Amino acid sequence: MYDFDWSSIPGALPILASGALITLKITATAIVVGILWGTLLAVARMSGRSWLAWPAAAYVNLFRSVPLVMVILWFYLIVPQLLRRGLDIPASYDIRMASGLVAFALFESAYYSEIIRAGIQSVSKGQVSAALALGMTGGQAMRLVVLPQAFRNMVPLLLTQAIILFQDTSLVYVIGLADFFGSAYKVGDRDGRLVELLLFAGFLYFLACFGASVLVRRLQRRVAA
Amino acid sequence: MIRFRDVSKWYGSFQVLDACNLEVNKGEVVVVCGPSGSGKSTLIKCANGLEPFQKGELTVDGISVGARGTNLPKLRARVGMVFQHFELFPHMSIRDNLALAQVKVLGRGRDEAVAKGLKLLDRVGLAAQAGKFPGQLSGGQQQRVAIARALAMDPICMLFDEPTSALDPEMINEVLEVMVELAREGMTMMCVTHEMGFAQKVAHRVVFMDQGRIVEDAPKAEFFGTPRSERAQLFLSKILHHV
Repeated sequence: MYDFDWSSIPGALPILASGALITLKITATAIVVGILWGTLLAVARMSGRSWLAWPAAAYVNLFRSVPLVMVILWFYLIVPQLLRRGLDIPASYDIRMASGLVAFALFESAYYSEIIRAGIQSVSKGQVSAALALGMTGGQAMRLVVLPQAFRNMVPLLLTQAIILFQDTSLVYVIGLADFFGSAYKVGDRDGRLVELLLFAGFLYFLACFGASVLVRRLQRRVAA
Repeated sequence: MIRFRDVSKWYGSFQVLDACNLEVNKGEVVVVCGPSGSGKSTLIKCANGLEPFQKGELTVDGISVGARGTNLPKLRARVGMVFQHFELFPHMSIRDNLALAQVKVLGRGRDEAVAKGLKLLDRVGLAAQAGKFPGQLSGGQQQRVAIARALAMDPICMLFDEPTSALDPEMINEVLEVMVELAREGMTMMCVTHEMGFAQKVAHRVVFMDQGRIVEDAPKAEFFGTPRSERAQLFLSKILHHV
């Protein structure tokens, strides 16, 4: 029987907290950018103009067909090079956080855009007709009538995607970024208590995600009612 | 006011409108009827450019609807339309439903737009409902709000696309009463409807459509008294049993 020793956890809490902060930062950035950029992509795909629709479709299909870990690595290997060349950033600057943020934001946009596209399609065509009949332009109809209703229908799906995203941020360990999972791993490795630390971290992930999905389900019932 | 000249429309190879000619003069009420699938809804949606057409000419107040350079939003802002399924915006209050296009399209101030909306809401007998959301109103009430919303834009004419077809029977009259009143005030109206009682009360002319064609276009008395076409006779004999 394995001999559990939880004594290194209390001392590890400050490191885990700073890791959690990185996790939350990446999650929040990816949600905000993902929804904004994803909305633009969705609208472009549905615009009926092929010079807009085609690149947007290519973008979405590309990111949805590639494993997230690889995207993270690519951005880590490529973005810093570009940024250093373009912005004259000193070689000593730690660019892992920036490239992680960019990778997640761009990757998640592809998924958000598909959710948003479905949301837009869930609003009846009659609503658009009514908005146009009142003299609104296509853009006004989208902004004032369709999107507000689409987002209301989408809230549960957007939140579910956010929960998945929250878990996926742990993949930044591949570029050595100490998010919540990465910090737990490091402390466990340092103290020779990897099993305990990972169990503890897993337990907290479970609490956060399960709690959030219970809330989403409750919200879903309210939206449906 | 509204003039269709040989308007034809196809969905792929299927012809929905076949050289339709129709004129709605200022102050006139024209009722369009016909069996389902005859193209009457498509016809009325062409009038404000919601449905494109491929051939013919269509003008509203002298402005060509089909022409490339026409500013459709600007034209539509002057043409009121009421839909079968009301199409109130469910995410905003009745007050905001009435004010939205006034503010965003006509550029009216918000206070002015709300005041105008409330006045029209009062006119359709729903002043007390301003703070509610569409989902809290009955179908008949929603349709009256939809009429008020269209009137708030000060339209030069009104299009009604089966305004009572989605309503429970006991709610049809409250909507028709608003429409009758509007007609008596001299509003130019084109109405797709099966409500022959409404047509008998206020229509100047009745148009009968079948298979994408305008089969009959006659003054009300003539249409109900001695319909020329066999199709219209048959249609009337079926529908008038219920009046």
